[in-house]
Amino acid sequence: MQLTVWTYEGPPHVGAMRVATAMTDLHYVLHAPQGDTYADLLFTMIERRKKRPPVTYTTFQARDLGGDTSQLFMDAAREAQERFQPAAMIVGASCTGELIQDDPGGLSKTLGLPCPVIPLDLPSYSKKENWGAAETFYQIVRTIAPHGPDKTDAEGSTGRPSCNIIGPTALGFRHRDDVREIVGLLEAMGIDVNVVAPLDASVHDLLLLKQADFNVCLYPETGKTACDWLKRSFKQDYTKTVPIGVGATGDFMREVGKLASIDEAELEALIDEQEVRLPWYSRSIDSTYLTGKRVYLFGDATHVIAMARVAQHEMGYQVVGMGTYSREFARDVRDAAEKYGVEALITDDYLEVEEQVQNLQPELVLGSQMERHIAKRLGLPCAVISSPVHVQDFPARYSPQMGFEGANVLFDTLVHPLTMGLEEHLLGMFREDFEFNDEAGPSHLGHGSSRAPVQTETAPEIEIEASIDSGGETVTELRWTVDGEAELKKIPFFVRGKARRNTEKFAAERGLAEISMETLYEAKSHFSR
Amino acid sequence: MSIAVDKIQLPPIVGCGERPVLKERGQHEVFCGLTGIMWLHRKIQDAFFLIVGSRTCAHLMQSAAGVMIFAEPRFGTAIMEERDLAGIADMHDELDDVVAKLLSRRPEIRLLFLVGSCPSEVIKFDLNKAAQRLSVRHSPDVRILDYSGSGIETTFTQGEDACLASLVPTLPAEPDNAPAELMVVGALPDVVEDQFSRLFKQMGIGEARFLPARLADDMPPVGPNTFFLLAQPFLTETARVLESRGATLLQAPFPLGAEGTTAWLKAAADAFGISDETFESVVDAPRSRARRAVEKLKPALEGKSVFFFPDSQLEVPLARFLHSELDMRLTEVGTPYLNKRLLAHDLNALPDHVQVSEGQDVDIQLERCRAERPDITVCGLGLANPLEVEGMSTKWSIELVFTPIQGYEQAGDLAELFARPLNRRTRLEV
Repeated sequence: MQLTVWTYEGPPHVGAMRVATAMTDLHYVLHAPQGDTYADLLFTMIERRKKRPPVTYTTFQARDLGGDTSQLFMDAAREAQERFQPAAMIVGASCTGELIQDDPGGLSKTLGLPCPVIPLDLPSYSKKENWGAAETFYQIVRTIAPHGPDKTDAEGSTGRPSCNIIGPTALGFRHRDDVREIVGLLEAMGIDVNVVAPLDASVHDLLLLKQADFNVCLYPETGKTACDWLKRSFKQDYTKTVPIGVGATGDFMREVGKLASIDEAELEALIDEQEVRLPWYSRSIDSTYLTGKRVYLFGDATHVIAMARVAQHEMGYQVVGMGTYSREFARDVRDAAEKYGVEALITDDYLEVEEQVQNLQPELVLGSQMERHIAKRLGLPCAVISSPVHVQDFPARYSPQMGFEGANVLFDTLVHPLTMGLEEHLLGMFREDFEFNDEAGPSHLGHGSSRAPVQTETAPEIEIEASIDSGGETVTELRWTVDGEAELKKIPFFVRGKARRNTEKFAAERGLAEISMETLYEAKSHFSR
Repeated sequence: MSIAVDKIQLPPIVGCGERPVLKERGQHEVFCGLTGIMWLHRKIQDAFFLIVGSRTCAHLMQSAAGVMIFAEPRFGTAIMEERDLAGIADMHDELDDVVAKLLSRRPEIRLLFLVGSCPSEVIKFDLNKAAQRLSVRHSPDVRILDYSGSGIETTFTQGEDACLASLVPTLPAEPDNAPAELMVVGALPDVVEDQFSRLFKQMGIGEARFLPARLADDMPPVGPNTFFLLAQPFLTETARVLESRGATLLQAPFPLGAEGTTAWLKAAADAFGISDETFESVVDAPRSRARRAVEKLKPALEGKSVFFFPDSQLEVPLARFLHSELDMRLTEVGTPYLNKRLLAHDLNALPDHVQVSEGQDVDIQLERCRAERPDITVCGLGLANPLEVEGMSTKWSIELVFTPIQGYEQAGDLAELFARPLNRRTRLEV
């Protein structure tokens, strides 16, 4: 049993819903108890979709459990087929449905429905949402794609190289605009986009998947399983670089260029002429104060890996910690973390992430909706870079994360929560202003953004004491003198947590029991870079 | 048109079972009882709600509440994992660890609810036993209770019913010779609670007690001299267990609108022998205010038709209010569960032709709704936007649970909730 305050991912059947809802003529019959229809409002409210998700739930109740729940499922499946006339159906169970073991796949086979029925086996107690989406899409592709015409049968071929875009789903973080951005980029490179799937694809479109020369895997969490299978089955190679950030977008274009046999010099010229503002904005002197800002990243693997590169190499921040809840991609995140000299945190436990953020005392947190809770509690600036997200991160305006326009969006996103340059200087100089002070929060965010009362400054102390204890050395209770504490308060708030930690570490290493103003400055000079 | 109080205050109900009720089975587009935690955790400030369930349960809670940025929410989920189900780990030991971890993190918690879910009910995990065991371990700092908010057993607001019913056996006993006391049952917004409190005091009923109270250690006592008014219609089980402890239910329509509130207050006044004169002198001013506020919105709503999808069991009293105080035209009034006894007054005030339906087959109900083309459709969030796209005005029903709507001072606000979607539709030019 795991104590969860927040969960990073939903159950796997929500992943299956994301695929079904993304597509246009697929229906999902889900064996689930009354109440599981809450998932509909993820799509109708959070993503503001205009139609009900194509999902029929059996919504069984306690009184049904004594009777024939398998009959309930069969009736629901038959009626759903008659009412919605889908081109194909997927069938499966939610977590409670899994416990009553009615075998939706076997049952629907006996119904002899007049469309392909794809059974889903999604283990709810060991797997999660993204895995569910990847598995569902893979099962659908595996069932449908082999029946399509081969590349040689393709009609109206333009002679240009062509690719599929794999991975975007309903309820994906900025998937809508990422697809538009990347389709534009591929077209600029002279490449035809054959099929985008599952987002806005029909079952018929999946029949055409085979005809592309290669695949663009935009979101490995939801698309890699299908890409691997397409590679095995139809020899379609797929891209490994996710085009988030200026550098990664360039690398992505080079990778695509190889797959599509595009002339290298031509390609470099094309990359050079793309209009992107991030590099200049980042170089302009206004951004100098961003140098070395300590940033912590957490989210799905794809966004964390990509965003770490943007933060460190394109914004000039310092990555002080990163992690992911995507266990399937733990190795990739570990490899990336190594490059920044940090150890990756692989967990789906919100409390562990909170603890790490608290210990690292970053100046900026880049994470999901969940990290916003943590940042609020710790009084830290935060921007959202990954699912899970809420309604405000399905914006009306064009806001891709990918490609060159995506990079422009990222620059704004990664700077906005920070206190702006002049204000930061003035806060360091004058500490007692009644209006602009540490507790007030950045003034460009309005007065509603006041910093939450923070326990962080005392909490790390406990951690320090514990570490001394475990070190087997003399257990010293660290105490701040009045002048030491007062001097600490004069350090700007966004680095104060780090200063406290360093000073205490410094004192502990030297066996000091008391931290005075002197100790503080000793430590400052000791740790100065 | 002014509406006489006696239009609501009907004599004891006879033959209320005669109205044909359409009972349906099929896909239910409703919330499970876990969602009750969304408001209960705010009402009882030192209580924590620990769901014992699956990732789906945790996901439901955060999809509904996650838009708020919490420093620290007062609810969480103990997610059952494969090893729990396979019997590799003893689930009771596991739960004990989770509870210990939780209580050390939140030392200010005084009352912990273990909330059952579909998965925990299906595998028959005995939460009652766990609650008893844990109560002993964490006594006297924390009391630990259990109830089920599972979808297989409870629909949306029934979660509150199950929660309050679990509290009732723990309420202090009032001695048999205690003076009569009034208890108001059902979580109400604080402002509404304070208004009712004042009105009862002015009538001379004395200090009314509320269930649930705002703090765990402040729950009202109960005994044979307790009279209770239900502030919410969905409290079937709570009413039953209160009666089993000797308390007396005061039957009344629910306190929605000027007339509903008056009749509700009158039920208490009568039970406590308050004279008509005193009663009138207390309610006269607020009742007039409420009538004026409702009257103001009448031009916007009069004659408009309304269709209710089932959601909270508030549908029948709401329909009564819209019909008798705003002259709206009712088409279908759907409710997830119909307690004819508790809703007798409200139900009887509905015109005969109105289709009352219990349960749901959502696709078929949608067809009926589309055929009606009502001016306003009251429905859940899963249906609202898709119906708006079809050109229908909707009032999303959950807001009626999350907004102060009861009592005199909120009567106008309640009417406004229904007028607003229509107003908005005429305003927008894009």
